[in-house]
Amino acid sequence: MATIEILGIEKRYGDTSVLKNVSLSVEDGEFLTLVGPSGCGKSTLLRIIAGLEAPDAGALRIADRDVAKDRPKQRNVAMVFQSYALYPHLTVLDNIVMPLRMRRLTAAQRFPLLGRWMPGTRRIEREIRAEAEQVASILGVEPLLARKPGQLSGGQRQRVALGRAMVRQPAVFLMDEPLSNLDAKLRVQMRSEIMALHRQIGATFVYVTHDQAEAMTMSDRVAVMMEGELLQVAAPEQLYSDPDDLRVAEMIGSPQINAVPVHALNRQLCLAWQLSQDTAVAAFRPENAIITRPADAMLNGTVAVSEHLGADVFVHVRLDGDAGTIVIRTDRTSPRHTAGTAVGVSVEGRHVLRFDAKKKRCRPSQDHGALVA
Amino acid sequence: MTALSSPRNAISAAGARPASASKQRGDRRGWLYSAPAVVTMGVLLFGPLLAVMLFSLTDWQLGQEQFSFIGARNFQELFADTVFWKSLRNTFLYVLLVVPGTVILGLIVAVLLESSNELKGLYRTAHFIPVMAATSAMAIVWGTMLHPTIGLFNHILYGLGYSGVSWLRDEHTALLALVLIGIWQGFGYAMVLFIAGLKAIPQNLYDAAEIDGADSVMDRMRLVVLPMIGPVLMFVMVVTAVRAFSVFDTVRVLTAGGPNYSTDVLLYRLNTESFDYLRTGYGAALTVVFLGIVIAITLLQAKIMDRRVHYS
Repeated sequence: MATIEILGIEKRYGDTSVLKNVSLSVEDGEFLTLVGPSGCGKSTLLRIIAGLEAPDAGALRIADRDVAKDRPKQRNVAMVFQSYALYPHLTVLDNIVMPLRMRRLTAAQRFPLLGRWMPGTRRIEREIRAEAEQVASILGVEPLLARKPGQLSGGQRQRVALGRAMVRQPAVFLMDEPLSNLDAKLRVQMRSEIMALHRQIGATFVYVTHDQAEAMTMSDRVAVMMEGELLQVAAPEQLYSDPDDLRVAEMIGSPQINAVPVHALNRQLCLAWQLSQDTAVAAFRPENAIITRPADAMLNGTVAVSEHLGADVFVHVRLDGDAGTIVIRTDRTSPRHTAGTAVGVSVEGRHVLRFDAKKKRCRPSQDHGALVA
Repeated sequence: MTALSSPRNAISAAGARPASASKQRGDRRGWLYSAPAVVTMGVLLFGPLLAVMLFSLTDWQLGQEQFSFIGARNFQELFADTVFWKSLRNTFLYVLLVVPGTVILGLIVAVLLESSNELKGLYRTAHFIPVMAATSAMAIVWGTMLHPTIGLFNHILYGLGYSGVSWLRDEHTALLALVLIGIWQGFGYAMVLFIAGLKAIPQNLYDAAEIDGADSVMDRMRLVVLPMIGPVLMFVMVVTAVRAFSVFDTVRVLTAGGPNYSTDVLLYRLNTESFDYLRTGYGAALTVVFLGIVIAITLLQAKIMDRRVHYS
C-alpha cells in the first residue's frame, strides 16, 4: 500500500549540510523511528517526506509514486507536531474536521456564510462530522468536542492532534516528537496508545524522537541519524547487540556502553579479546562486565561511585592507566563496592564490540584476517 | 493533619485582631500612593472633559468675561444646521473608506514583507516614513502633486491622453483625494503592528494548515493568519478609526472644507466654529457630539470584535 522510498536525499541551509546522501526505505505498515540528537537532521527528513520542505537532491517515492513535486495535500500523509499545532481559535471538532473540509468541500462550499447554502454542503458537512465523532470516540475525546484547545491538558491536546491526523485515514503518519511536551507518566501511557493505534489502523508510521527509549520500545525498525547521516537502520534488538557504529552503540542503551581506547589496554587483554590491528576502541555493555578481585583480572581500576537504583546497582570504575571510567551493572545481591576500593573487571571476549578509528565496527571477518601477533 | 493546620490557624487568628485598624491605615496609604495618578488624571483628563461638557451648555465666546447657561440651545442649533449634517456625513464616509483601505493595504504589505528577507529593513522604513512625517508638510506636497495645472497626477493623465482633474477643487473628487492621502499616511503604522503580529504566529501552524490541505493563500489567510492576528487586527481597526474620525490637518491645509462643504469634517467644523467664529459654547457642543460618536464606535467595535477575536 504505502511504502516510502528515500533515495540520496541532500539538504543544505546556506553553508551547512543538514542531510548528506540519505537513503532509506520504509515498508508498508511499518513503524519506523528516526532517532538522533537534536540537530541531526531527523526532523528535516520528516518534513521533506511530508512535503513541507524540498530536498536539494535525491528522489522520494510514496506508495510507488514519485512525489517530489507534490504539495503535502497530494501526498496522502498526515503529520503530528511536537507542539500539537492545533488551531487555537477553533473548537476540537473544527480542528479534527479541518483536513476533511479542506479536501471534500470546494472553495465555494467553504466560503464564509454563503458556502453553507451551496448545493451539497450540508450533506458533506454531516458526513464529515460523523467521521470526526467516530475518531473522537476512538481517542476518548468525545466529551471535549465543543472545547477550544486552550481549555485542554497536554495529553488531551495531543489526542486531538492525533485525531486530526487520523480522520482522513492517510496512508502515512508522520510524527515529529509528539510526546516530548508531555510529562513522564503521560508519555509512557501515550506511547502504548500510539502503538495500539498503529496496530489498529495498519498505516505506515514514521516517528521522530530524540528519546532512545521511545525508539526502542515502539518501533519495528529504528534509523539512527547523526550529523545528517544515516548510521544504521535495524530492529531495536539488533541495534543494541550488533551496532555498526560506535555512535549508535553509545546512543542506544542506558547506561551508555563502555568504550575503552585500545592503546590503554595491555597486550594480554588485546589477545584475550581478539582485537584486530585496526581496532581503536573496544566496547562492552555495562551488564556484560563482572567485578572480580584485582588479582584475577586483566583490567584494573578503583571504584569511583556506586549508584543504587533499587533492583540495579551501577558501579562506576575508574580504570588504571588513564583509560577513562566505565560503568558496570550489578544487581543488589552482589557484594557492595565502596568508593576507593581497588577492583578487577572481567569481560568475556564474545561480549566485546570492536570499532576502528572512524568509529565503524570491525566485523569478525576482518578480525580473523589480522590478529595482533 | 492537625499538626499541619494549626500554624495556619494561629496566623489567621493573629491577623484577625488588629484587622480593622490596619485596614484603615492600609486604605489611607493606598490613596496616598495613588494620589499622583488620580490628581494627574483628574486635571488632565476628567477636568477638561467636564469643562467642555459645561461649556456646551453656555453661550460663552472666547475672550468674553461673562456667559450664561442656555441649556440645550447649542445642541438644538447644531442639529438644525445642514452644514453640521454634511460634515457628519463626510466624516463617516471618510472613516468608512480609510479604515478598510488602511487595514487591507497594511496587511498586504506586511504579509509581502514577511514572506521575503530581501531588503526587508529598507522597505519597512520606506513604508513607515509617511507615519513619521509631519502631516501638514506632507499635505503641502500632496497639494502640489494634485495641483490641476502643475501637479504630477494630471501630468500623468495628460501623458496617457486623458484630460486632467481638478482633484481638490472638484466636489466629487476632493473627499476621495483626502481619503487616499489618509490611507497613504496611516497604512505604515498598521503594517508595523501587523508585522509584529505575523512574527508571533508559530511556523508549525502554517505547516499544519499545509498538511491539512489549506495550501492556497486565501485558505492560509482564513485558517491561520487572520485568526492569529485577531487581537492586533482589532487594535489596528480601533486606532485607525479613531484617527480617521479626527482627520483635520489635510482638510485645513488642502481644501479648508470646500468646495461647497464637500470635505467639511467634524473636527474642521469644530475648529472653525470655536476659533474662527470664536463660538466656544457651540464648539464645545460639537466636541461633545464628536466624543460621543468616537466612544460609541470604539465600544461597539470592541464588543463586536471581542466575540470573534481569539485571545490565546
